This record gives sequence, C-alpha cells and structure tokens, in this order.
Amino acid sequence: MTLLAQVASPPFAPPYPTRGGRFAPGDTVRVKRGDAPGHMRTPGYLRGRTGRVERICGDFGNPEELAYRRDGLPACTLYRVRFTMAEIWGDRAEQPADTLDAEIFEHWLEATDAP
Amino acid sequence: MSDTKKTGHRWHDMGGTDAGEIAHDQHAYALWEKRVDALLRLSTVKGYFTVDGLRRVLEDMGEDAFETMSYYERWIASITQNMVEAGAFTIEELNARMAEVETRGPTYGEAQGSGE
Amino acid sequence: MPHDHNDDNPHDHDHGHDHFRHEGMSPSGHPYRPADDQPLTYWQRMEIAVRELLVEKGITTAAEINAQIERMDARTPALGASVVAHAWDDPAFKQRLLADGSAAIEEMGIAADGMKMVVVENTDEVHNVVVCTLCSCYPRNVLGLPPDWYKTRAYRARTVKEPRAVLREFGLELPEGIRVQVHDSTADMRYLVLPRRPEGTEGWGQEALAGIVTRDCMIGVAVPQPD
Repeated sequence: MTLLAQVASPPFAPPYPTRGGRFAPGDTVRVKRGDAPGHMRTPGYLRGRTGRVERICGDFGNPEELAYRRDGLPACTLYRVRFTMAEIWGDRAEQPADTLDAEIFEHWLEATDAP
Repeated sequence: MSDTKKTGHRWHDMGGTDAGEIAHDQHAYALWEKRVDALLRLSTVKGYFTVDGLRRVLEDMGEDAFETMSYYERWIASITQNMVEAGAFTIEELNARMAEVETRGPTYGEAQGSGE
Repeated sequence: MPHDHNDDNPHDHDHGHDHFRHEGMSPSGHPYRPADDQPLTYWQRMEIAVRELLVEKGITTAAEINAQIERMDARTPALGASVVAHAWDDPAFKQRLLADGSAAIEEMGIAADGMKMVVVENTDEVHNVVVCTLCSCYPRNVLGLPPDWYKTRAYRARTVKEPRAVLREFGLELPEGIRVQVHDSTADMRYLVLPRRPEGTEGWGQEALAGIVTRDCMIGVAVPQPD
C-alpha cells in the first residue's frame, strides 16, 4: 500500500507564471514510464512512481525540444512532486517515511486512482 | 542515445544506481576552465544554444567521457559542438585555428594568446 | 589593483582588463593553477581556438569574457550565508524567501540573473538536502561554483536512495524522529537549504550569523555550528 507523502497546506503559490495545468497542489499523480532514447529530465528511478503535487513551479519551455535546437513551445507546466522513499524504493528504502521532491513536467504525469 | 535498452535508463541518469564512497577531493580551478564556464554563460545568454543543448551533447558523449575527461573538458567539447550546430563557426575554421594554436608553444600560458 | 611588474611580458597599462597576462592571478585576485605547469592539452587548445573565433566573429569580446569570469569569481557561499542570516533575523523576509527565492535575493541586491531559486527550510521536523542526479544543477548565483563532490557519480547516485548514509559520511547525524527530504533538481528550479538557526545565537547580528553558515549547510550536508 502506498504511503503517500504530505504536502504543505496552504500550498506555496507558483513562483513563476503559469496558465494553469491539469494538476493542482495536493493531487495524487503517477510518473509515466518510457524507455525511449533522447534528452529527458524525468529520472528513471521515479518512473511509474506515485506522488503528490507539492506546488506548481510555472510554465517552461520543453527541455526535450530545446535540447535539439527547437523552441520548446508551447511552454509546459512544471510541478514539484513529492514521493515517499517507501514508494520509490519499497523494501530497500533507508527510511520509508523520508521524502523526495523532484520537478516533473506535466506530460510525464498522469492522474491516478490511488488514495 | 542507445544505452537505454540495457537498463531502462541512460548512463547519466544516476539516481539510485550503485556507487561507493563520495570522494572529497577539490581541484583548484585553472584559468582555462573559468574561460570555458564564461563561454557557456555567454553563448547561452546570446541565444546560440541553451543549457538543454549543453546537457544533450554531454549525455550523448557517453559514459566513457564522464569517466575519462574532466568536467570542463566535457563542457568545452559540448560547447564547441553546440556552436558548430548553431553556425557560429565552421569546422574548417576550428581546424585551422586549433592547428595554429598548437604552434604557439607547449604550454597553455604560451598558447593562450593575448587574452585581448 | 596594485601588482608586481617582475614578469617578462611588459604590457600596456591603459587597459583595465590586461591582468590576465599575469602569472596565476585572476582579476579578482584569486590565484589560479599556473598556466604553464603542464603541457597544453587538446581541450585547452580547443578552448583557446573557440574563444578566439567567437571574439573575431564579434560574438563576444575579451572584455566581456573577463567580466563574466570576474562576476563568477565574486559569487561565493558568503552571498548565500548573508541571505540565510537575513532570513533568521527577519521573519517577514523569510516568508518572502520561501515563497519566491529569486525575488527575495533581488531585494538584497543579489542578482538572480535568470536563476529560479526555491528555498527549502530545515525545521525541527524536516532536514533538507539537495542533489542533481541528472547533471550538476546548483544555485551558482548565491553559492558560486559547486564543489567537485557534488558532481560525482557517488553523490548523484546515492543521495536520492540513502541520504542518511550520505549525510553520515559528511559527518552529520540527525536527531531522532526527523524526516529527511531530498530535492532532486531535475528541471528549471535551483535549491538552497535554509538551515535551522542554532541555539545560543540569540542577539547575534547578521554578520555574525552569516559567519556560521557554510556552503555545505546550504546544500544540506552540514548544519551550522555556533561555537
């Protein structure tokens, strides 16, 4: 059973401009899987893991496009997502209730039914 | 790009991989390294490429480069490739200049030119 | 700035940024490794060639490059320490710092210059530590250049999986019951840890407070020691 990490309430407001994305602080999200080659900023150790949106950072150019000399537009909503170490590492977690925050772009996140 | 197949993630994607003790050696920065750092900042601020392009080339250089080259050696390799891709100078120009630099003397101090 | 003229290369003193010809001294007076202590390498040759081509093509100038080096030299952990001290001393500033790190440092006259900084606060419940597993992203504008260890495979690999073991290796044992929170700088944000203000610093001025805040405290691998 997933041990979901708590996030601040009230949440921090987005420090950078955003049109608003699919997800809001407190939402439970799962990081998509994917083993394609290329420049991506979603680490392998988080793929398939479920966390909570800690805050919206803002909208930024897509690094996967910018890396190849394209303009990275339309800008993508970037979220800080909080995971428990139990969620990421399971039995191998050093301390299950410790947490990890990472910035994940919206197209790498999907809604999940997890509580 | 092709290393993902073996492990499901690329070599530079190091989070959670096996590793030993953290080395605490700290090297003293050389002038040429500070110049590389400055070139990266200026090239990106001037719009020739972005830090994403820097990273993309660093990643595509492969794990061997990480193991055998120093940080700023990899950076100048990446900056140079990004600038060639951006059309800032040609490979022919780079070839000619690198060859000429080599004739100036055996040390960085002699080869660095006027700095002006 | 005053300097010796014992070197063999006389140079024009009309130009303020001539000083790069000096053996081993940067414009801000920090010593470099001597330029002639090793044979010229392939990559150094490339740096010289690229730099000269960019100047010849008018993309940049030697003065601009030198100014950027100077700017980077001036960025040291003392900047970050002054931000921490200000936050410890001024609760309203601290709230603004936590809400928008870059805007808050600009209030202090520190140029964020495009860096997008998030400040994360250590409390009696949470200890924060920062890593970039994918490369070596670091809040350079307030801390200067990152230490070599921050860029190692071992730090990047282990901090997200066994942060307590990593902290122990740095000599940091955390109190019972505290949660460790790791921040992986995977995208556009850069992170600064706001350490807890230690007991025994009541009544200290900001300069004294800044004096106990080290770089490693602001990465999260150490805590301030008030002795």
